[in-house]
Amino acid sequence: MTAIDILGLEKTYSVGFWRKQPKCALRPLHLRVDEGEIFGFLGPNGAGKTTTIKMLMGLVYPTAGSARILGMEINDPRMKAQIGFLPEQPYFYDYLTAGELLEYYGRLSGVASKDRSRKVREVLDRVGLADVTRVQLRKFSKGMLQRVGIAQAILHDPRIVFLDEPMSGLDPMGRREVRDLMEQLKHEGKTVFFSTHILSDAEALCDRVAIIHLGELRSVGAVVDLTSSIEGNVELVWHGNKVPAAMNGLGAECHVTGDTVRAVLLERNQEAALEALRREQLRIISLIPVRTSLEEYFVRKLQPNKAVAGVTR
Amino acid sequence: MSGRIVHIASNTFREAVRDRVLYNLIAFALLMSGAAILVGQISIGIERLVVVNLGLTAVSLFGVVIAIFIGIGLVSKEIDKRTLYTVLSRPVQRWEFIVGKFFGLAGTLVVNTFFMALGVFAALLYVSQHFHSTDGWVLVALYFIILQFLIITALGLLFSTFSSPLLSAVFAFALFVIGTFSEDLRGFAGMTHGITRWLATGTAYLVPNFSALNVISSVAHEQPVPGHLILSNTAYALVYAATALCGAVLIFERRNLK
Repeated sequence: MTAIDILGLEKTYSVGFWRKQPKCALRPLHLRVDEGEIFGFLGPNGAGKTTTIKMLMGLVYPTAGSARILGMEINDPRMKAQIGFLPEQPYFYDYLTAGELLEYYGRLSGVASKDRSRKVREVLDRVGLADVTRVQLRKFSKGMLQRVGIAQAILHDPRIVFLDEPMSGLDPMGRREVRDLMEQLKHEGKTVFFSTHILSDAEALCDRVAIIHLGELRSVGAVVDLTSSIEGNVELVWHGNKVPAAMNGLGAECHVTGDTVRAVLLERNQEAALEALRREQLRIISLIPVRTSLEEYFVRKLQPNKAVAGVTR
Repeated sequence: MSGRIVHIASNTFREAVRDRVLYNLIAFALLMSGAAILVGQISIGIERLVVVNLGLTAVSLFGVVIAIFIGIGLVSKEIDKRTLYTVLSRPVQRWEFIVGKFFGLAGTLVVNTFFMALGVFAALLYVSQHFHSTDGWVLVALYFIILQFLIITALGLLFSTFSSPLLSAVFAFALFVIGTFSEDLRGFAGMTHGITRWLATGTAYLVPNFSALNVISSVAHEQPVPGHLILSNTAYALVYAATALCGAVLIFERRNLK
């Protein structure tokens, strides 16, 4: 079943005081997220990730297009009872304790009073804040607030969880715990839609990702499909410290270390490079395909003409 | 009233109660009542008049300050601090949020007025040694003060939906001052002609008529408040506050929360 169906969602703001100029925050976006998957929404700062999420939450109205979540309109209260949302850099009512805040959100989400206290305890325990239930939020660190934010997003057992930069402000341990939590949510059959610019998190977690840049969707798909769709590199190592002149013409990035040379070049130039080494009678030690990381794919998608070649010693 | 409105209202009440500024204002109002006693002691024969006048004016002024001070931040602060996002992403309609905020602050002001009124009655008892039947009219004056608070709160909330806290405070306070002199404005309109008359009359009817809601002076002079005034003032305040609240809802429903 489709969890999120975005149909040409578009947002243009008017900027300026006297002479209003249109500023496009999001070009028509078409995207479909299936139920039960972890979906990463990737892009650099200002790409349009938060704008998209805010439109899905009904906080910002689209200029054009529409979206359906679990088959319902985005402002349908029945739909909102089935989603959880963690905003970017969340801030909560700091005069409340963590327990009071979650009780309040539980009431607003329609959690039955007989289950509410138990759910608050469970969810605080789940995010590692069981010991500070009675502490006012104004005494919480940024990382603790992020955990409270995650707790309030999953308190009412939603079917879809929207997390806007969930790893922001967390230390490495905290990030690991959030990653584990997202995987647990997936195992529970929930859909997780999260935005991030930390690509290693997306690569480790996501079933599929979408890359957005300057308000425009650049690509969507499984990480492995995306990374294999672009031409890969190979790593070629040979004995000696001589770099044949032909290597530069092949765009190889060569590093000379002691009596070995390591070159990284495009897969399609592999045969020509081997031929050049044979001509120079250099002894080949290894030839290994290099796996394209999501980060590399991301950089290439955003800067398609970037090419590097040269020799370093 | 929907359960969500009650939850938002009670949270707004809790926020105001935990705000230390509120306690300072109450303490100050109680001090004013204490000052009324002192002034009463040097006003031989008119102690009651001075205590009622000063006490009720203090209740009114400090209540208005609280209403404006908190009312103007009810929505804008939630937008600035982004606390609103996690509320409106739940099954909460925007109008429920506005109405809940209104009732929360209105409830806070009623409770504050109750405690400040206790101070006024304590001062009255001190200067008169016992209560008179005419002291009952003080309760009517307090009721009218609460009606003023409802209007101010709704206006503060209205401004808060589209303006910065500073500008909202200026607008709300200006309307309070103009509204306090609305009877004089109507009198002025009667003496003018042409477009000035239209403008003055329009303004006089547009601004809240706080003159009619101020019976402190007559109550201090132990004059009764007519029943029809109680009814008309109640209807006027409720309609005015409801209209301002509808305006706030209409603006807030259309607003992008960037």
